[in-house]
Amino acid sequence: MKSLFTLRINGEDRTLAFEHSKTLLEVLREDLDLTGTKHGCELGECGACTVLVDGEPVVSCLFLAVEAVGHDVTTIEGLQHGSVLHPVQVAFAEWGGSQCGYCTPGMILSAVALLEQNPHPSRDDIKEALAGNLCRCTGYTKIIEAVEAAAGSMTDGRRLHAQAG
Amino acid sequence: MPKPASATAPPDAEPVSSPRRDRADGPAQADELHIIGRRNLKYEHLAKATGGTKYTADLKLPRLCFGRLLRSPYPHARVLHVDTRKAEAMPGVFAVISGADLPERYGIMPSSQDETAFAIDKVRYVGEAVAAVAAVDELTAEQACNAIEVLYEPLPAIMSIDEALDPEKPRIHEDQGGEGNIHKEVHLEFESPEVGFAEADHVREDEFFFEGNTHAPMENHAVIAQYELHGKLTVWSSTQTPHYVHRELSKALSMPTAQIRIIAPPSGGAFGGKSEMFSHEVAAAALARKAGRPVLIELSREEVFYCHRGRHPVRMRIKTGVRKDGSITAMHFQSWLDGGAYGSYGVATTYYTGALNTMPYKVPRYAFDGVRVFTNKPPCGPKRGHGTVQPRFAIECQLDKIAEDLGLDPVGMRMRNAVDPMSGTVNGLRITSCAVRDTLRAASQRTDFQARFRKLPFGTGIGLASSVYMSGAGLPIYWNPMPHSGAMVKIDRGGGVAIYCGTTDIGQDSDSMLAYIVSEVLGVDPIDVRVCSGDTDLTPVDLGSYSSRVTFMAGNAARQAAEKLRDLLLDVASERLETPRERLRLGGRRIYNRDDTDRAIDFIEAVQAAEARFGTLAAAGSYTPPKLGGKYKGSGVGPSPAYSFTTAVAEVSVDLETFELHVDKVTIAHDCGRAINPMIVEGQIEGSAYMGYGEAVMEEQVFRKGLHKKPSLLEYKIPTILETPALESIIVEGPDAEGPFGAKEAGEGPLSPVIPAIANAVYDAVGVRFDATPITSDRIMRALDRAKREGRIAEPAALAG
Repeated sequence: MKSLFTLRINGEDRTLAFEHSKTLLEVLREDLDLTGTKHGCELGECGACTVLVDGEPVVSCLFLAVEAVGHDVTTIEGLQHGSVLHPVQVAFAEWGGSQCGYCTPGMILSAVALLEQNPHPSRDDIKEALAGNLCRCTGYTKIIEAVEAAAGSMTDGRRLHAQAG
Repeated sequence: MPKPASATAPPDAEPVSSPRRDRADGPAQADELHIIGRRNLKYEHLAKATGGTKYTADLKLPRLCFGRLLRSPYPHARVLHVDTRKAEAMPGVFAVISGADLPERYGIMPSSQDETAFAIDKVRYVGEAVAAVAAVDELTAEQACNAIEVLYEPLPAIMSIDEALDPEKPRIHEDQGGEGNIHKEVHLEFESPEVGFAEADHVREDEFFFEGNTHAPMENHAVIAQYELHGKLTVWSSTQTPHYVHRELSKALSMPTAQIRIIAPPSGGAFGGKSEMFSHEVAAAALARKAGRPVLIELSREEVFYCHRGRHPVRMRIKTGVRKDGSITAMHFQSWLDGGAYGSYGVATTYYTGALNTMPYKVPRYAFDGVRVFTNKPPCGPKRGHGTVQPRFAIECQLDKIAEDLGLDPVGMRMRNAVDPMSGTVNGLRITSCAVRDTLRAASQRTDFQARFRKLPFGTGIGLASSVYMSGAGLPIYWNPMPHSGAMVKIDRGGGVAIYCGTTDIGQDSDSMLAYIVSEVLGVDPIDVRVCSGDTDLTPVDLGSYSSRVTFMAGNAARQAAEKLRDLLLDVASERLETPRERLRLGGRRIYNRDDTDRAIDFIEAVQAAEARFGTLAAAGSYTPPKLGGKYKGSGVGPSPAYSFTTAVAEVSVDLETFELHVDKVTIAHDCGRAINPMIVEGQIEGSAYMGYGEAVMEEQVFRKGLHKKPSLLEYKIPTILETPALESIIVEGPDAEGPFGAKEAGEGPLSPVIPAIANAVYDAVGVRFDATPITSDRIMRALDRAKREGRIAEPAALAG
């Protein structure tokens, strides 16, 4: 049976009806058209469905949507302010942190949560924070570089650009 | 313009993996490349970082309904009866289909037409599709699937190569292949190997086993099909071969190809696992046709393990003869492939386990025997490095043993045997550009290999291996004389450039590659370019994103199309600037005199003048490989217009208390001809090395009593960021005369040497050989224990007691 709930998603209150058994992943993708959150394994193992709940990364495939009532949910679509992107998004794009891109939204959200708590992470800190997000394309090297570049740009305004010109 | 193939990079040169930040803002120098070789932004680079990229399952259509497949719970059984009436009567169910609705046989290889969309008389593996339902939502579809009644008569399951070779066992396919459950047998011999063995100072015979494993792309397969009442079918599918799906779907549905449109949206990873048509693609189309509504089927992760088409488990036996100096006199290579239940690409895979073994080392006399068998498991097929990864593991491990037998340095021995540029192999393969020695030098020098090999403390080790791969297959899957790739380029009078090409971007950035090549030719910025790819209605045929063919083949096609338009622009610019065409260059959105760069006209001005004179600015280009290969049956597998070469060095440590294997670092030097974008090439090298690492130490697709032991990402472990080794990529450039701007492949070749490099490093660390993959902690523990008991290794303190 469906009930009416209000969820706070990317700073907006969204009132909608859904089954109590629905996961946050399903509600985001199917009811709110926020398809940046990805379905990968149904078991909380791959991290493609990672979103932030009150700033903490959670795997939305193992998180009931009703649990999100009263909390702030951030998806990949909510990271940017207007047309200004989050530095982690820019860094992933410019440092080759994405190949197929399917893990990228979850990976970026885990990295954002890390940098909120630890603006100067070591390589080991980055690995620890991203250990729940599987990537099958990159070998992770350029993901680590992207997070380091983003950290640098956020803390001391270093230029992000990896490419020439 | 491309440089001649002989211009290989000096081995000690600083690799181009260091960022180039030297792009001049002023007028370009004569003949300078503006785009190629630079770390340009990727095409639509921000879409993936903002959730904007729409993968197949992200698409929505009005009245979309949901499909599910019913799959076999038996590895081998007769299907006696399928009753769908209860499912059809359920509220919310729009259509139900089963084997009888789609009896047409198909298969990716013309010689292996052994599949149907749904099992008809028999099921041959757990997970094989039996029926499908379209319903108002996924839950209803699932419930309706469960309401379908299927009567099975279980049969004994054939689960190993040995069982499959036994002619007394029941046959999986009554009408396919030879005796027992043999699917394909190949026997080839070149220049009498027996003579070579007689000439050898040392002959070694070894047996190896490479375990099967799977692609595990992050995106599960998904498909949407829409059938319009005027008879047109549109299918969006996460495929890497829309052209082959186009052909196969036409056959499976008995529907003219002209009425079918296949669109390949951006793919969330493929690695070979999405390179032929699957049951769910036929099911979605047939359900859409029957239900009169669009149908989405998104597979669960478990179903993806049943689709498989992954790396074949292969048992291998190699006999190699060498002289005292390490030069190879002859090789006899035998392989037995566990193919799973259907043919898939398996005929090609069988040949591939033999075809590239005559490179990157000279093998003057060679014999190959390959056997592929059917078993009651999900079908195996192509995974990154298709069929060449398993023999490369075996050969490189055996070479390491031979070097030790003869007391030779493994680098020097490989150098001595390395094939030369502009040469050929005994089995008729043409070698053009070849920088294998440079990769050996670069990887060994970067890691100080020779100073450390066999000199590290017990428990730590270093190992090396080299390899070769193709820049696309020289022959298509189905025989035809048409181009392998086509591209169209159109220039808008506002200066925008559009590229239409049948390629599929599966994360390897083929859209970016096309944009860079066309931008370079036309002198525009990649941001001016739009790419429309992977759409059988709109784009010319490209055979697909497999066999590492796209940069070489589609790159050449796009380049040719762009050059046709460039020539028109040069005609008008030459007149306007009163400068001979050969002195004109394109770059920075201008056409300028290379000797007087201020003498220039804007790109847009030239475009408008050219359109006024010649009409609409659009042109097509295509690429067909030259005639390649020997004149014997089976010579079609192995030829490629260019080969890439790679050397990998692995550094490992084995925890002597837990027997955990840590691969600390992998250094990979790869000859890609020319890096069109070094950042993307590095990404391909690193991604390949990562995947090879996973295959070496943890990944295995294994079965117990007919059931997949690990059909989830909880059980089938793939490397996380924590254990993935540090990866250092070294790009070795030796431009290929036929590649676009000298480029060869980078997406598959760097995988295969990583696995034997790790195995050789483990031996260097603990003195025990691992001739089977994966090299897991329990195997290390057992092997060390045995070696200690047999007194084959000195007993280090940690192993005492």
